[in-house]
Amino acid sequence: MSLDTATVRRIARLARIGIEENETEGLARELNGIFGWIEQLDEVDVSGVAPMIGTGLATPRMREDVVTDGDRRDDVLSNAPDRVDAFFTVPKVVE
Amino acid sequence: MAADTPNALDMSLVEARDGLVRKAFSSVELTTAALAAVEALNPRLNAYITVTGDQALAQAAQADAAIAAGEAGPMAGVPVGIKDLFCTKGVRTTAASNILRDFVPPYESTVTANLRRDGAVFLGKTNLDEFAMGSGNLTSAFGPVENPWKRAGSDAALVPGGSSGGSAAAVAAGLGFGATGTDTGGSIRQPASYCGITGIKPTYGRCSRFGTIAFASSLDQAGPMARTVADCAVMLGSMAGFDAQDSTSVDRPVPDYLAACGRSLKGLRIGIPREYHAPGMPAEIEAIWQQGIAWLRDAGCEIVDVSLPHTKYGLATYYIIAPAECSSNLARYDGVRFGARVAGGTLDELYENTRRAGFGDETRRRIMMGTYVLSAGYYDAYYLKAQKVRSLIQRDFTDVFADVDVLLTPTAPSAAFAQDEKPSDPVQMYLNDIFTVPASMAGVPAMSVPAGVDAQGLPLGLQLIGRFFDEETLFAVGSALERAAAFTHRPALRASDVARAGIAS
Repeated sequence: MSLDTATVRRIARLARIGIEENETEGLARELNGIFGWIEQLDEVDVSGVAPMIGTGLATPRMREDVVTDGDRRDDVLSNAPDRVDAFFTVPKVVE
Repeated sequence: MAADTPNALDMSLVEARDGLVRKAFSSVELTTAALAAVEALNPRLNAYITVTGDQALAQAAQADAAIAAGEAGPMAGVPVGIKDLFCTKGVRTTAASNILRDFVPPYESTVTANLRRDGAVFLGKTNLDEFAMGSGNLTSAFGPVENPWKRAGSDAALVPGGSSGGSAAAVAAGLGFGATGTDTGGSIRQPASYCGITGIKPTYGRCSRFGTIAFASSLDQAGPMARTVADCAVMLGSMAGFDAQDSTSVDRPVPDYLAACGRSLKGLRIGIPREYHAPGMPAEIEAIWQQGIAWLRDAGCEIVDVSLPHTKYGLATYYIIAPAECSSNLARYDGVRFGARVAGGTLDELYENTRRAGFGDETRRRIMMGTYVLSAGYYDAYYLKAQKVRSLIQRDFTDVFADVDVLLTPTAPSAAFAQDEKPSDPVQMYLNDIFTVPASMAGVPAMSVPAGVDAQGLPLGLQLIGRFFDEETLFAVGSALERAAAFTHRPALRASDVARAGIAS
């Protein structure tokens, strides 16, 4: 699977990371190098093998369906890069 | 020994703790000496991003009062460093990233809360690779860390390893009796090896991840780094424990790790995995491995050749799974709720501008890799495939631990390299973690112990890998290796020399 500059632009867009047009070729080359190396996994026969999702060491726990935290409005807002009163701000999203 | 004598900062954590309890010196004295050493050496080493001197002295005074009242906790009054990935309430926590340059957590991580409960004194927040992604501490937005060790006859700045490079350099130089680390693919063990100290990544689930800034959640695990095996035992005993706030925290008692350090090794079966003979590995590392085998045989262990057939696929699997989880975890840095913001005309532009400016090259690369392997059309070929190979890697370990108690391997395929020798190819950089990644993938505990030095005088570590939740056997075998190696080499840059020079002048 070769990763072209259009794919690089698509990934950057999905990841919401701004990239300059003159960076796409370098990034494509770098990512191709890494994924070329990763393709060694094609040698491994995984038929009938279940995927490992986490280490499976902790037993899922139930707890009472009650509020355990809250009333921390000022804490939650304390690191906001921009705020108005008790609100986070963003550029206008609805015309 | 008084705390203001030059060698006070060379004591082990256990010696410092015992001296404090005996009232041979006070924590305020010890902390003052440590802070002076940090002030003298940190401008060069860059091991600490933030130094919390006033807070440390206040904590030290509290510890002295607790000791006087006979209520000393197991870490009472001991100055340590905290990797700047653990949230500390009211103290800036950066993950060595521009995006969190001014982030002040309103809450405390469970690991640091546990250490505070036991009386530890925090000197400050140690440097790391940005978001713990790296093997040389070269990706920090706060600049690289210099390894206090030097090649014989050379003053070239060497890397301390990564990602817990600031913690490793600080502990090696005596700027703290221990430090917290986190390990996702080797980030405690590899820097411990490069800096001639001990570090243990416990079993996944042993230490709570609550309040630790996430990189790859199914792999991230906190652990201690210190100058001796016993020091790590004391510190892990404090850091570990069940926490309802982490759904992967495992509810089982924390054993007495310090007591385990003295256990007999008679009859233990030590596996030597044949796949860890990496092509191109320096002969010195092979030699130190053989030496370690001989030491354990002399200590009464039975040496067994074993095979972990999927070892060679560990790294490639890691570089799918870790970036996938990273791309998901780091999606929260959007410039809206916390962290840095770079303005944009639309919400998407705000996100894109913020994340471009806020993340460094390696972090952006890993987010993009992760986004790619999780994207439509590639998920099965990469991510699902990697999860299946991960099952096989874990099975290798469970199979082999039916036969042996511990595995012995080198920790890293090289000694510390120079900051300007950083490979330009990311894959070459990733290969530093070839021996440490498989244990992370499986979730089993693993420890690095300094075993000797190479021809240039740089430290080399040996790695011990154990069964799930059998850290005690690692402490027993690690202590035996430590005794046999009698590793007394010390780095070129050290706190005690600075203190001595200060007294002489």
